[in-house]
Amino acid sequence: MNDLLRRYGTGLTWTFIGLTFFWLVILVILPDFKLLESSFRPYLPVVDVGGPKDVYSLNNYGQIFGNEVDFSFFGLHFMLAARVKVFVLTIFYSGVVTLITFILAYPLSFYLAKVVSPKSLPTLFLLLFVPLWVSEVLRSFAWYIILTLKGPLNAALMALGIISKEIRWIDGYSPVVVTLVYTYVLFMLFPLYNAMQSLDSNQIEAADDLGAPWWRIHWRVILPHAKPGIASGAVMVFMLSAGSLLVPAIINSTTGNWFTQTIQGIMLEGQDWNAGAAFAFMLLLFCTITVSLAMRVFRVKLSDIAK
Amino acid sequence: MQNNRRLLGHLYMALFLIYLLVPLAVMSGAAFNASKLPTVIPWKGWTDQWFIALYNDNRIWTAFGNTLLVAIAVVVIAVPVGTAGAILVNSISGRVRAILYGMMVAPILVPGVVIGISTLLFWHQFSVGSGLHLSVLGQVSYIASFVTLLVLARLQSFDQGLEEAALDLGASHGQVMRRILLPHLYPALGAGAAVSFFQSIENFNVTLFTRGGADTLTVYVFSKVRSGITPTINALALLLIMVTLVLAVWYEVNRRRNARIEAIREAEGRRAEDAELVAT
Repeated sequence: MNDLLRRYGTGLTWTFIGLTFFWLVILVILPDFKLLESSFRPYLPVVDVGGPKDVYSLNNYGQIFGNEVDFSFFGLHFMLAARVKVFVLTIFYSGVVTLITFILAYPLSFYLAKVVSPKSLPTLFLLLFVPLWVSEVLRSFAWYIILTLKGPLNAALMALGIISKEIRWIDGYSPVVVTLVYTYVLFMLFPLYNAMQSLDSNQIEAADDLGAPWWRIHWRVILPHAKPGIASGAVMVFMLSAGSLLVPAIINSTTGNWFTQTIQGIMLEGQDWNAGAAFAFMLLLFCTITVSLAMRVFRVKLSDIAK
Repeated sequence: MQNNRRLLGHLYMALFLIYLLVPLAVMSGAAFNASKLPTVIPWKGWTDQWFIALYNDNRIWTAFGNTLLVAIAVVVIAVPVGTAGAILVNSISGRVRAILYGMMVAPILVPGVVIGISTLLFWHQFSVGSGLHLSVLGQVSYIASFVTLLVLARLQSFDQGLEEAALDLGASHGQVMRRILLPHLYPALGAGAAVSFFQSIENFNVTLFTRGGADTLTVYVFSKVRSGITPTINALALLLIMVTLVLAVWYEVNRRRNARIEAIREAEGRRAEDAELVAT
């Protein structure tokens, strides 16, 4: 702090502090407090706001319960509130997306980091980046076209004789998962690549010379070294998936609702901002818990994830 | 064995690229299909009608203008704010630094839905209605984090001795900032501006809740997809992909030329050295 004053003087130092204050307090912290405060207040007509009916309660959070539906999960059957079910399934399928992106990206990042000649790397990365630069809305739209009932996927499979009748792909959660994987796989690839690239190839050769089979080299040498990359990629993909509204809304599978769609419905169609705030806060709380858990489990710091 | 595995790697890489690119090709192809629905099957013949429809669609052009305005506003606010944050956090240490750093990085991981709703509610209590100005503020709150990270990385390689020297030689604080710190940060500021610009264009979640009645390109495309899609969107998609490709190819050509020039210079340097050795 004193160092800053000495180098840039009072005026500039206060400018830095002022700008940072504007960002962190006005744009981040106070809105989040307002979100929490609003979530305890009832949804009232304008004249009643601030009146005797405007008291704090947990009613908005209670709205997640009610409307019980049948729920079966890995062979277990029980009754669950419809919105809780959507919440649980959103988290579960975000986990599935994270796992699939990891399986897809792991061999590729190893290939990019250790196999391919460094000369062709920039070109390959450019090819990988092009789809990333195309906007998310268009990438989801592309999958919507592919998966529709009369779309090219069904036509191709029928022409090949693999299926005899068109399959309704846009049903349940699988089309959402497929599209999310496509949209976010590169967010897994780049951190994994970064982590593997810093591994000394001599270690792999040493293990190989000492007779370790290829899978043991991956399990004992490469995987442990890539752990920070895995953590950061997994957190990134999981958060993006769980918080995605665009992808599930464009795919619009009526039997595959995402929790963000529930929030959107309450906010924009129901116009109940207070209940919307409560649901948004639940999502925020859940995300905070997940990130801190991931940091604990993988023993990484926030700075590792942010890379 | 080793060769087989290499081959497998190349094959996987090729398949992965196909996987990434085929959906984009399918989407672009549908832009030329005369069918009223955006699809490549059945093929009803070539047409350019969707591009003409796109050209005549005024709402798209308004949305496009809005997107650019929002993106420019985000860059103008997020770059100074994020840079100030980075300089501040870089000059302190210990626990305060860790907390401040955490607060600066965390917005990246917060779901856009949460940012959008909290921004809307916060400004609403001061009777600031929704609209694109709120979208800008909401977007800045997490896009500034990217700028901070880029600037912090660049500050690692900064030699503070230069500033000390300038101060000893009688430079004012403003001059130290303008002549020494900022020039060192220029690459990071440029990258930060580019990242902010593209993040803003991409943004959907924050904008959806804060925009009021105004459209940005992403929101407009989204509402089009939801309500009666026409291949106009595919025509737009193709144009956007083409822009991306042109930029990518331009970048690659530039990179290769620079690499070649570098190689020639190195070779010349070596030859000159050899010649000198021979002469002595």
